[in-house]
Amino acid sequence: MPDQFLYAVEVIINGLMAGVLYALVALGFVLIFKASGIFNYAQGVMALFAAMTLVGIQKGQIPFAKLINTVMGTELEHFPWTVPVIPAIILAFGVMILFAIIVEKYILKHLVNQPEIILFMATIGLAYFMEGFGDIMWGPEIKKLDVGLPQGGSFWIEDMTIGLGGENFYGFFIDKLDMVATVVAILLVAALTIFSQYSKQGRALRAVADDHQAALSVGISLRFIWVLVWSIAGFVALVAGIMWGAKSGVQFSLSLIALKALPVLMLGGFTSIPGAIVGGLIIGVGEKLFEFSIGPLVGGATENWFAYVLALIFLVFRPQGLFGEKIIERV
Amino acid sequence: MNVMSPDSYVTADGRTIGGTLMEMKNITLRFGGVVAIKDISFDIREGEIRAIIGPNGAGKSSMLNVISGFYVPSDGDVWFDGAIRPKMRPYQVARQGIARTFQNIALFEGMSVLDNIMTGRLTKMKSNMLSQAIWWGKAQKEETEHREKVENIIDFLEIQTIRKTPVGNLPYGLKKRVELARALAAEPRLLLLDEPMAGMNVEEKEDMSRFILDVNDEFGTTIALIEHDMGVVMDLSDRVVVMDYGRKIGDGTPDEVRNDQKVIDAYLGVSHD
Ligand SMILES: Nc1ncnc2c1ncn2[C@@H]1O[C@H](COP(=O)(O)OP(=O)(O)OP(=O)(O)O)[C@@H](O)[C@H]1O
Ligand SMILES: [Mg+2]
Repeated sequence: MPDQFLYAVEVIINGLMAGVLYALVALGFVLIFKASGIFNYAQGVMALFAAMTLVGIQKGQIPFAKLINTVMGTELEHFPWTVPVIPAIILAFGVMILFAIIVEKYILKHLVNQPEIILFMATIGLAYFMEGFGDIMWGPEIKKLDVGLPQGGSFWIEDMTIGLGGENFYGFFIDKLDMVATVVAILLVAALTIFSQYSKQGRALRAVADDHQAALSVGISLRFIWVLVWSIAGFVALVAGIMWGAKSGVQFSLSLIALKALPVLMLGGFTSIPGAIVGGLIIGVGEKLFEFSIGPLVGGATENWFAYVLALIFLVFRPQGLFGEKIIERV
Repeated sequence: MNVMSPDSYVTADGRTIGGTLMEMKNITLRFGGVVAIKDISFDIREGEIRAIIGPNGAGKSSMLNVISGFYVPSDGDVWFDGAIRPKMRPYQVARQGIARTFQNIALFEGMSVLDNIMTGRLTKMKSNMLSQAIWWGKAQKEETEHREKVENIIDFLEIQTIRKTPVGNLPYGLKKRVELARALAAEPRLLLLDEPMAGMNVEEKEDMSRFILDVNDEFGTTIALIEHDMGVVMDLSDRVVVMDYGRKIGDGTPDEVRNDQKVIDAYLGVSHD
């Protein structure tokens, strides 16, 4: 097989795995949008916040230590313990549930029946609030996230594939972390699908996503469902935060992955879970392949804008996205 | 069957009407300057079919919305099952055993007929998320039981052929029937129907009338319904409340209200669609 072809295959595989991560973030958006019609601008910051919280809990950091020290004149920093990975993840999820309850109680509840743009603005406010709140709670410095995920390329795959090409082919370079992320994302999507199709709350969630009035009439509490869906979105954010955080550290730029999710949503439609996944994969593969083939001709760095251009072209032909419901204007 | 209360009686067609199930006491409902309901009192007795009639804009739907908790009355008390009902949200009212349909149909358009009707069982489902995850088998058994109940209702309303059809694709008349099925799935004590026959052709109306009578007869479900078609109302109901401009202008058996001069006046020259 020609090496050039093999390298393209490698690029596609890596693109698929990057796409899985985009899909993960997009999934959080879709969940909330479906259930409450809110485009949650804060989804990216939620991932950042969740990751910061996880690191803080693991290290036994005292929340708001700086603030307390300044006010009280103390010199607090750490609890005399550290927390193992699994309990720390569970605790961080607990914090995200608490966050969901607070969002429902202090924001959503007061904004029901407001125009969508108002709700959207509220989530912008929420994003900036959370960003600052996270810094105050856990400190603004860049944090290293270590939950024991493997790093670096997989030698095993390199060894297995090296024979495929010629002299200059060194085997596929596949990041181990990407592989883990892919497995985790697949498990997460499977779990979410089973939950929404077969559980009582899942059925209620789909009902709320479809029609609020009808949902109320069959005894579903909208407020409970909103807390539930923001909790799930919080969990998805936590998972995304862990994967991206393990890759490139927990820092502000992590919240910008939300911007990567946007073209994914344009492609996949805002209301479709399969759409988010397929959209993520298309963008992931598309941007890697484009960079690989056209990138060198135009001076590289195409990954910054390729996704948006692709999404825009797509919007012209299929504004509702791949799987989104067809928009029919009622007149 | 219900406990026989002292003032229960048996109708000409052999159904037992029990004591008071629901009582509206001096209900007033305002929307800003508009008074949709003005100081109305009436009761609904266990096992009866109670109709609410009146010209367009009389406040009938508003009344149904008060009963189902979608509107909170500005004044007055709602009594259910012998106790005053505190301020409740619609989902809490539903959980008390009051199911409803809507004048403008509110179905889950993206779901199949079967799934729509299954949502009607939500108030009856016990398993919570954690126990569902742990006791997978038990949850499956519960699901099967609910499915059986739903299949019975599907047979009862003769909609077997559209079980898997997405509701969004159904014609209007069938949507109304699916909405009734979903309400029935909750096995309600009180069933509220807002114009269940509006926009139907004669044949569909006859079917729907038959279903309503059968529900009442076979399950003993108490029904309050709004209907414009006087003929239908006379055939179906045991007692009728007549509303006009937010006031109650008549209350009694179909024969009594039909011969009431105030009712006749209200309906004269008024278009009922
Ligand atoms: N949510 C609301 N906000 C403001 N006004 C309302 C609302 N709901 C009902 N009204 C007003 O209350 C009055 C009664 O309306 P309602 O829908 O109860 O009448 P109806 O008897 O059901 O009429 P129809 O036969 O046309 O269905 C009308 O004047 C209506 O405009
Ligand atoms: Mg009405």
